[in-house]
Amino acid sequence: MRKVGSRLYVCLIFLFLYAPILVLIVFSFNDTETASRTVWSGFSLKWYQRLFEDRLILEALRNTLLIAVIAALGSTVLGTMAAIGINSMKKLPRRIMMNVTNFPMVNPEIVTGVSLMLLFVFAVGLFGGRSLGMGSLIAAHITFCLPYVILSVLPKLRQMDPNLYEAAQDLGCPPVRAFFRVVLPEIAPGIVTGAIMAFTLSIDDFVISYFTSGTTQTLPIYIYSMTRRRISPEINALSTVLFAAVLVLLVIVNVRQAKDRPRKREKREGESA
Amino acid sequence: MKKFFALGVLCALLCALFPLPAAAQEGEEAAPDRGVTLNVYNWGEYIANGTDGSMDINAEFTRRTGIRVNYTTFDSNESLYSKLAGGGADYDVIIPSDYMISRMIQENMVAELDFDNIPNFQYVDEQFKDPAYDPGSKFSVPYTWGVVGLFYNTEYVDEVTSWEVLWDDQYAGKILMFDNPRDAFGIAQFLLGQDVNTTDPADWNQAADLLKAQKPLVQAYVMDQIFDKMESGEAWIGPYYSGDAAILVDNNENIAYAVPEEGTNYFVDALCVPITSSHKAEAEEYINFLCDPEIAGANMDYIGYSTPISAAKEYMDPEVVASPIHYPEGEVLDRAQVFVNLPEETSAQLDQLWAEVKMGGPGESATLVAIILGFLAVYIAIVVYKHRKRRREMS
Repeated sequence: MRKVGSRLYVCLIFLFLYAPILVLIVFSFNDTETASRTVWSGFSLKWYQRLFEDRLILEALRNTLLIAVIAALGSTVLGTMAAIGINSMKKLPRRIMMNVTNFPMVNPEIVTGVSLMLLFVFAVGLFGGRSLGMGSLIAAHITFCLPYVILSVLPKLRQMDPNLYEAAQDLGCPPVRAFFRVVLPEIAPGIVTGAIMAFTLSIDDFVISYFTSGTTQTLPIYIYSMTRRRISPEINALSTVLFAAVLVLLVIVNVRQAKDRPRKREKREGESA
Repeated sequence: MKKFFALGVLCALLCALFPLPAAAQEGEEAAPDRGVTLNVYNWGEYIANGTDGSMDINAEFTRRTGIRVNYTTFDSNESLYSKLAGGGADYDVIIPSDYMISRMIQENMVAELDFDNIPNFQYVDEQFKDPAYDPGSKFSVPYTWGVVGLFYNTEYVDEVTSWEVLWDDQYAGKILMFDNPRDAFGIAQFLLGQDVNTTDPADWNQAADLLKAQKPLVQAYVMDQIFDKMESGEAWIGPYYSGDAAILVDNNENIAYAVPEEGTNYFVDALCVPITSSHKAEAEEYINFLCDPEIAGANMDYIGYSTPISAAKEYMDPEVVASPIHYPEGEVLDRAQVFVNLPEETSAQLDQLWAEVKMGGPGESATLVAIILGFLAVYIAIVVYKHRKRRREMS
């Protein structure tokens, strides 16, 4: 009896989480003249066709992806370096650094957005530029992604046996090579998690982008600007495509990990035997 | 590391999917690139973009003149204003509405236009020249216009001639209302026979009382959700902008449209050049291009709003031109008023009154306080209980 209850509860939770996405996907196939989002009137692919004809949406999507990739790469590299530095600090400076790192995460987004905008406007004016744009957006995105990368890399560094790195050097490995051959593979899962986190955070950020975008437009800003009239089912179609792409990416990552795990275990058992 | 690589490849592929838009529609005799990019800031979904066989206006402009267009969109006059006022955004052409134009003129944010560069201004109808928001038409060139009308479901609602129907008990719970203060107060003011740009606080209080009396009958304060609510029959009657909602009437035989006899608001969205623009002459070229009757016709067919350029009508869908929703008879426009910018104290009063209307007066904030206090009491009770339990366990 109890099992049935708990299963039902899990089902309800999943329904609650996924029903909105399901509705969104269903209505991306709606064949309607009035772009209705609640009245179903037949199956059609026309919103998908329109989506790929709409230059503005595609341009915004291109900007968003470009920014997300660059911001994810930039913040991952910077964040990993910062995490390694913080990890080898003494206790007090480390605690101070961690507080400084955590602060942007608990800071309201709008405060971050406005202060970055003021800073960028000032800097652009100083260097004789005319307008914010892609550069300021990327800088802003790297800034707010950084703490998340640091926080996902740091635990991996803590877990790692600090003697490994020294052992590698004892065996004649130069420090840089020891880092790449010994430390990096150990903390790689944390780095990947941080990068994926940064990528997704950057893709769906609205508030900070809104303030720092200047004359560049990202997808969330474009979608928001459509709300004055009505959000067309093109956006449903686009969201469906994005959802499917992310799903495929996740499945690939998980399958790879699932394949990896038994192999590693065998290897370890073989070594210890 | 491979994952990074895969991610990179995926993104490179995605980027390759969308070639640079400037190269998208290369016509037969494209003008040579002039090395200028205009930053245009317009409402969302407010220009023909080449979908559904419409003309891609921006691409056509680039093809004819060799000036590239960086086209971005906003959702409200207020976001446009804050973007310009915040600095860091170098726009060349913007398209605010009437009252925002008068505010920007007052605050010296838009530049006086050089009409020698805009010969097509001659096509603009006389009635849209010298408007109340821009006396003498020095700063703006009208882009679109429309009126606010009532949409109703003929199955449940008798023919509508007056705004009073929005206060009718028999439609309680089926009435929709604007979710923005200026439009909502406008309706009450037309019913009361006031000037919509009045600065007399008593007038605004009177209108607010009327809206508070209406609140129990209103199903919801909405903007674009009106489409879904009307179409599904969830609501029976609601006011909206003619250009946006005409599609409702076209596709649903039960939905009719009327402009109440007390008069209504007509709004104009117009092209302006911010004072900070660094390509003013090119911006005027763009404005001139949009006023070309052929271009304006192709553009309006897509947007669905009304054009202030009558010469454009011969290039448009004749059904739309003949429709009273898009082009109401002269008397409707004679009775219509346009919003201009309100002085600061009046708009502060309006904001406060609007908050009162939507909150339903102090009564509802009392329930809110009660709920919060209730939560607080439960929380304290839990904390005390746990504390005691722990102490009992200790001893």
